[in-house]
Amino acid sequence: MPPNLPRVSASVALPKPALQQVFDNLRAAGFTLVGPTVRDGTIVLDEIARLDDLPVGWTDEQEPGRYRLKKTREAQYFNYGVGPHAWKQFLHPSCLRLFSVEKSNGSWVFRPPEEPPPRYAFVGVRACDVAAIGILDRVLLGGEFRDPHYARRRENVFALVVNCARVNPTCFCTSMKTGPRATTGFDLALTELPEIFLVAVGSDAGSEMLRDTPWEAATAFDLGRAARAMQDVERQVERQLKTDDLPRLLYDNLEHPHWDEVATRCLSCANCTLVCPTCFCTTVVDTSDLRGTKGERIRLADSCFNRDFSHVFGGNIRPNIRSRYRQWLSHKLASWIDQFGTSGCVGCGRCITWCPVGIEITEEVNALRGKAAK
Amino acid sequence: MTSDARPKLAVHKFASCDGCQLALLSLEDELLSLVGEVEVAYFLEASSTTIEGPYDVALVEGSITTAHDAERIQAVRKDAKYLIAIGACATAGGIQALRNWKDLDDFIRAVYATPAFIHSLEKSTPISSHVAVDFQLNGCPINKYQLLEVITALLQGRVPHLASHAVCMECKRRGTVCITVAQGIPCLGPLTHAGCGAICPAYNRGCYGCFGPMETPNPDSLTSHLRKTGVPADELVRLLRGFTGFAEAFRSASEKLEKTAP
Repeated sequence: MPPNLPRVSASVALPKPALQQVFDNLRAAGFTLVGPTVRDGTIVLDEIARLDDLPVGWTDEQEPGRYRLKKTREAQYFNYGVGPHAWKQFLHPSCLRLFSVEKSNGSWVFRPPEEPPPRYAFVGVRACDVAAIGILDRVLLGGEFRDPHYARRRENVFALVVNCARVNPTCFCTSMKTGPRATTGFDLALTELPEIFLVAVGSDAGSEMLRDTPWEAATAFDLGRAARAMQDVERQVERQLKTDDLPRLLYDNLEHPHWDEVATRCLSCANCTLVCPTCFCTTVVDTSDLRGTKGERIRLADSCFNRDFSHVFGGNIRPNIRSRYRQWLSHKLASWIDQFGTSGCVGCGRCITWCPVGIEITEEVNALRGKAAK
Repeated sequence: MTSDARPKLAVHKFASCDGCQLALLSLEDELLSLVGEVEVAYFLEASSTTIEGPYDVALVEGSITTAHDAERIQAVRKDAKYLIAIGACATAGGIQALRNWKDLDDFIRAVYATPAFIHSLEKSTPISSHVAVDFQLNGCPINKYQLLEVITALLQGRVPHLASHAVCMECKRRGTVCITVAQGIPCLGPLTHAGCGAICPAYNRGCYGCFGPMETPNPDSLTSHLRKTGVPADELVRLLRGFTGFAEAFRSASEKLEKTAP
């Protein structure tokens, strides 16, 4: 590493406006920057280029079934929680053309999808979402069958992580041991202080992107301030999901009457699975033109809340909302562990905020536990 | 393929605005290849030249609102191998089914100078209340690409790809943020059959359910939640009673709300 760049695992202080230079370095290196920006009354993830694109001075209020964007008096860059979008929409797109096919001179000619996906630099990834990407890695790359589309998008990702500065009542990362501070899985990790970013360098690539910035070695004072800020944030996480009796609790209560109760509230609308940063299920649709000489195979995001998802030969194995909600919750928190060696939940709280009727996964587990069948 | 071998298509209109049959003509890019594959034999909106039945496929637009139409649909059914009901009127009774909750004679007296000339049935009902329907395409109007998909699937002898899950899936696929959660706008998306591509929420308007109920709707949960957030019951009744208000799930939910409303 040249002497003008910090070594990996160093912590440096960066004046806030210098983050623009990091963005410029990333773009010069060929990355497409994706990060938080204000749109549609929320903070979404979209292509960004400049610091002005970030939600500077904005924050959010979240509770079950409710999200509101708020202006703040402080000009903080990252003073908000995770929004309606998750990184899976870039790594595991909800609509992906797998190939097209055309009949030519009596034989079928297959064409793969055209252009290679962009090299993404993810800006503002939270610790829970770092964990979520780690779970997707296990699911889509770790087993016998690797998803080549995910692999192509994933292998070049640059992760500019931001440690959380505030907590929403829907967050429960501390229960899932994923946050609010990222300890691994980043190239650079920022902790926002009033006038500087304290930057942890996680990789050579991360260090390289600090080129031409006025970074300085972090002082003990800065390190102390950042550590205290993170302790404060961690203490603010109130929502909890007790995990020590999982997955047993769920397996022992598959016929619990509470599943009927939650089925009266669940809309089976699939919002929870679509905002979940780890739900990965897809369906495949083959299209054809009128003459049957041209076609496409398209992969679409699917959900265990859709009836067709559990339609198999002879009928539907999950014919009602009760069985579909039970499938989602017990897969997420129990059988996912058997299948992939980790929980499917990272405690980001999106499924709680974005459920149109405010169903809380944490409360549903508590209800099963409180009235657990003996 | 000779013209004789093409399957014969008929388009029939009942009580409706013609918007759904126009979807066929709106298939501008595909129209030429479509008429190469099917013989449009009876389509008064497009041509006064008609070819006699029987037809391989009958697209039926509109609801049944007169005794005459109740007879005519029987003949349409007998004359068609496949009968496809298209649009909110044909599948759910349409906006004209709002009269199903009112006194028809009151309307007739208020609107017509000589009420005696008007011979309407008490209720506006979907095609499936009168004859067996082979397939239904939802929407007000229908999505022209869904119509093309159904015709394509019929020609190729496969099942059409038409999802019956909630509109929410389509909002998420196009990246639209939930307007109910983020802005408090009442939206029927979680109850409503997909197919439109989630147009309204993308323009900051709540879904008004024109594609009718989705596969497993749970309207009571959504309406009781929206009431808790301050939406009055009578507003929810109006929301449910739109273009597909007479569809069973929306109808029973609105009637329940009316009973409980203060």
